[in-house]
Amino acid sequence: MYVAVKGGEAAIDNAHALLAHERRGPEEIAEIAPEQIEHQLALAVDRVMAEGSLYDPALAALAIKQARGDLIEAIFLVRAFRTTLPRFGASKPLDTAAMAIERRISATFKDLPGGQVLGPTFDYTHRLIDFMLAAGVAPPAPAEAPAETSAVPRVTDLLGGEDLIEREAAEAGEPVGDLTREPLDFPADRDLRLQALARGDEGFLLALGYSTQRGFGRTHPFVGEIRFGEVMAEFVPEELGFAVPLGPVALTECQMVNQFHGSAERPPQFTRGYGLVFGQSERKSMSMSLVDRALRTREFGEDVVAPAQDEEFVLSHCDNVQATGFVEHLKLPHYVDFQAELGLVRMMRAEHAATRAEMKEAAE
Amino acid sequence: MSASDAETKAPTPTLPRKGGGSGAATDGDDWISPVLKDNRAGTAEEPSPLAGEGRVGDLRSRGATATGYNFAYLDEQTKRMIRRAILKAIAIPGYQVPFASREMPMPYGWGTGGVQVTAAVIGPDDVLKVIDQGSDDTTNAVSIRKFFAKTAGVATTTKTAEASIIQTRHRIPETPLTEGQVLVFQVPIPEPLRYLEPRETETRRLHALADYGLMHVKLYEDIARHGHIATTYDYPVEVAGRYVMNPSPTPKFDNPKMHRSPALQLFGAGREKRIYAVPPHTDVVSLDFEDHPFEVQRFDKPCALCGANNVYLDEVVLDDRGGRMFVCSDSDFCTSRREAGHRGEMAADPAGAGRP
Repeated sequence: MYVAVKGGEAAIDNAHALLAHERRGPEEIAEIAPEQIEHQLALAVDRVMAEGSLYDPALAALAIKQARGDLIEAIFLVRAFRTTLPRFGASKPLDTAAMAIERRISATFKDLPGGQVLGPTFDYTHRLIDFMLAAGVAPPAPAEAPAETSAVPRVTDLLGGEDLIEREAAEAGEPVGDLTREPLDFPADRDLRLQALARGDEGFLLALGYSTQRGFGRTHPFVGEIRFGEVMAEFVPEELGFAVPLGPVALTECQMVNQFHGSAERPPQFTRGYGLVFGQSERKSMSMSLVDRALRTREFGEDVVAPAQDEEFVLSHCDNVQATGFVEHLKLPHYVDFQAELGLVRMMRAEHAATRAEMKEAAE
Repeated sequence: MSASDAETKAPTPTLPRKGGGSGAATDGDDWISPVLKDNRAGTAEEPSPLAGEGRVGDLRSRGATATGYNFAYLDEQTKRMIRRAILKAIAIPGYQVPFASREMPMPYGWGTGGVQVTAAVIGPDDVLKVIDQGSDDTTNAVSIRKFFAKTAGVATTTKTAEASIIQTRHRIPETPLTEGQVLVFQVPIPEPLRYLEPRETETRRLHALADYGLMHVKLYEDIARHGHIATTYDYPVEVAGRYVMNPSPTPKFDNPKMHRSPALQLFGAGREKRIYAVPPHTDVVSLDFEDHPFEVQRFDKPCALCGANNVYLDEVVLDDRGGRMFVCSDSDFCTSRREAGHRGEMAADPAGAGRP
């Protein structure tokens, strides 16, 4: 016999208590501390900060712990926290040329001022499971050398000297859009597109960037440069009138150099795709720069033929917090709508059967 | 475009509300951390959404800020931004107003738009009812009701007649709404033309030109193929003779309830960043053809628990041998009827609230 669905409130509380219990896991295993996550799962922390668009490693680490390691859930937690934070103003533009370089590589020049700095990377490692890690063996101390003090100019600036690559001068004082404060409107300018991509899902951008390489909107990219390190964020308080440092921010910047044959108005010149993310994520910054360039298709008078070039498609779907919410909302009850469809399908089946019966009679 | 013209000329009607609180301004509240706000709340004027006479709920709302967040979660600047969008939406019935939807502590697609609209219009004296699929007891309705009980400290109810604000997903209550009530819909896809034209740039142009040919062709094709219109929920309506609007995925059974309703109907789509509205006493007409007039669903039987006719019913599967029963989707309506002594064929005892 039918029992009305009651007691939802107690059930929800119990479900959440069970979640907390499962999060803790077996008590005989030591509880993980947010500091351990922050320093030993640093790349997960970086991803949560980048897509949560809030630079706070300790908070991101705590979110990862709370989310049981589900990074999109952690990103969601960070976003929901971020939205409540007051806005003091905008920082000065970050000067990535002044970055304290930890890693910097260029695929376009064998050697260049500042050199190729490998830094901490998975590249060239053999992907063999390291059972020594399970045994908890301390790694050998890394090699040390005096810090490079000479300037490390950006590759795009080197190319720009010869006008081989398009110039990109920001209009001084022009306000930069913020899609978390104003609704996104199409067509969107590049500042908003870059913001959306910087917050966008790594996997989604990776797939889109990959699709441009496979011919769905080809852009002939070269990695001009990828650099990772800390940059000082600066802010000009109105009452002081000069910049004060807020603190260092770890960033990965990717400058993609793309072929462009020129048009009647413009001489042949390389064009840019740009990627910038919090923390160390070359995959994300490279994907972002590929998609950024693809989204500039119309700007260069090219036809929009591929998904990665279609800004409504990319910007409307790159946010994983939005995507996961809407996909997972299908879990919510839909009995009312389903009932409506059920009624319709039954009626249409009855009509169908009646028509068939009529036709059969007519045939006989 | 007529829409943006209307924005500048739009009058700013007062939302129809009982009670309310003081309209104390708190410019620059954004600078204050939630904790500071909390400490301040005892001395400062409690911000309240809409002007009205008298303020009664001060103690309650002070208690609410004990969560560490502002009254009804959103900061006052954000609420003001949302209220501006709501006023514009009321001024242009059925028009989708873009707004800077915030990231809420519940997932997109789970009512973030409705929650933001409710947070922007709710005051300490309001009585809130939250339903999902017509029921007060479904998990998401419980969760949203708890959210406002916690962050705004407002009184909640399950009785349609007692509520001043009703947030809903997928249904309009069976009990007719009255003047002064606000019905807040959670909307997943606000654009009625979205499944016919995926591009926002294009659909906005179609609305601006009132070019609804696509929709009429779609409905016509239904008739050509099936002999009748095969849209059962999310059935498009024309509002105040101008904009075609998505009623949010309510079953078309509920469409006639929107027509000239004395209540204010607000629609919030958080993920899609749109707010739209149907002011009280506004024409809401379901699209149809002269030879194929709009019809609502009809059920063969009355509610098995309360015996109500002409209400929307949910089908409940009783066993795996085809046993079914049909009960009111509106749980409050059904309970009230049973309390008033109405009995359906499967109600076991007069006091039995749904138990066998």
